[in-house]
Amino acid sequence: MRILLIAEQRQGKWNKASLETLAAAQQLAAETGGRLVAALLGQGLRALAEELAGYQLDEVLLVEHELLEPYTADGFTAALRQLIEQETPELVLLPHTYQVRDFAPKLAAALGRGLVADCIGYRYETGRIVLVRQMFQGRTAADVTFAGAPPWLATLQSGAFRSDQLARGSRPAPVREVHVKLELEQIRVRPGELFREAKQAVDLTQAPVIVAVGRGIKEKENIALAEKLARLLGGELAASRPICDEGWLPMERQIGSSGQTVAPKLYIALGISGAIQHVVGMKGSRTIVAINKDPNAPIFEIADYGIVGDLFEIVPALNEALEQSASS
Amino acid sequence: MKIAVCVKQVPAKDAPLHIAPDGTWIRETDISFEMNEPDSYALEEALRLKEKHGGEVVAVSLGPERAKQTLKEALAKGADRGLHIADEEFYRLDPLTAARALARALEPERCDLVLTGLQSEDHGFGQTGVLLAELLGLPHATIIMSIEVQNETLRLKRELEAGWFQWLELPLPAVLTIQSGINKVRYATLKGIMAAKKKEIRTLLRTELLPSFELTQKLERIYVPQKTKKTEFLQGPPKEVAAKLLEKLKHEARVLGSS
Repeated sequence: MRILLIAEQRQGKWNKASLETLAAAQQLAAETGGRLVAALLGQGLRALAEELAGYQLDEVLLVEHELLEPYTADGFTAALRQLIEQETPELVLLPHTYQVRDFAPKLAAALGRGLVADCIGYRYETGRIVLVRQMFQGRTAADVTFAGAPPWLATLQSGAFRSDQLARGSRPAPVREVHVKLELEQIRVRPGELFREAKQAVDLTQAPVIVAVGRGIKEKENIALAEKLARLLGGELAASRPICDEGWLPMERQIGSSGQTVAPKLYIALGISGAIQHVVGMKGSRTIVAINKDPNAPIFEIADYGIVGDLFEIVPALNEALEQSASS
Repeated sequence: MKIAVCVKQVPAKDAPLHIAPDGTWIRETDISFEMNEPDSYALEEALRLKEKHGGEVVAVSLGPERAKQTLKEALAKGADRGLHIADEEFYRLDPLTAARALARALEPERCDLVLTGLQSEDHGFGQTGVLLAELLGLPHATIIMSIEVQNETLRLKRELEAGWFQWLELPLPAVLTIQSGINKVRYATLKGIMAAKKKEIRTLLRTELLPSFELTQKLERIYVPQKTKKTEFLQGPPKEVAAKLLEKLKHEARVLGSS
């Protein structure tokens, strides 16, 4: 199978999901006996392309144009459409990043082809690729196949494949410059500078223990319970996205794909269902405890210890036991 | 300003899910449905833009008969009219086909702005807004945290990864996907609910909008995912289960000091 990987960089640095997707692409190329080509789009990326060429792949395509830096959905879609029509890959793999989510569906619609987004795995069986993705917020998985003619497009969830399994090539792959035609009038978006809101006051990545709350906490006032547990365990308080959306805790305490990624030695999830967007930010934790009233909550799939029950009964009992052991 | 907002009806968050016999959808009997939460932020943003700049908000939903309930909720919150693209087998559509049906319904509306949520809580494709932009020939921006309208230009704040943001400018008409948490979603008032009864919901049949289509991807089956980790479930009354957990964390997982 001819595979084209679209690698993502920003300001000369890899988005690490690109390398994870490259690892998946290497596996797939080996299994299907295919040819793997990686493309890099932007301006002034020669050094990065040479770096990419050090990995085990057949060729690196360097697509440079002044209208590809900074990124715009219009520019990237037009360039990739030309690249794909010219190179005729069967499978186009992309990392499921915010940037890819911004242009990949547009590219798929422009090509009139299918995009299977946010895949967490794949199987190659009887000559076809079966992609695995999640539905119903991770409560079910789904097997999806492509229909119709190639090229087929797929994006892979961050953390689904491991970049430490990347294979290096025995010699550098050739880097080929590909020219695309872009006109200024095609770019309808005027992108501004990137900025950060405020310096992050809490660095959750350094906390040995994290107590995180989700929707199951029900009301803002109830967060005090979790806060007390975090304090007694010498840890930090965190939350899933909906809690921060409600304004009950500041955004800087959010764990997940749009927040921080953490791997403490102990992670206690209180009333968190375990939607994939949250799980990608904490699944590397050494020990995971989940307390949830729903026995089918996906959080239990990754928990080491699970308690199915009412967190409003269990957390006070935990706090009491910890206070007693501290005073004894 | 004429704004269309796409709202999907999805199973309620706490609804028990059982996979239907054909293995590609869930059993819909005995569960409740609600407006897809990410879409409720898009609806709220549409209502706020209308309140500030005047105009009309059209709520659009593709789905079976029950989806009308979600359109009624949108009308009760302040949308002016509803557009229901009826399809009892909506769950068989891939993202591109569903977007094509939506685009056919939206084309004659000639909206200034089309808003969608980030993704749905059932299929979770996360593609509809961006597909619509391409199909309607409009510029777009995604994961939007703030919208300012200045003449024919939108000034937008877009969220990026790891705490980064970006300002963007986009000409109208345009399509935006709205980040959850952009605003505080309103509840429908009794007055709103009463007023909604007089508002129009027009039904279009998907089979008429898009009589034939070829799927670009096929959902083979859905299933309960296999556990990747062996979870030890602790049981008992709260006090007992709390003691058990602390014991395990100290002596088995060794992640707590054993004082």
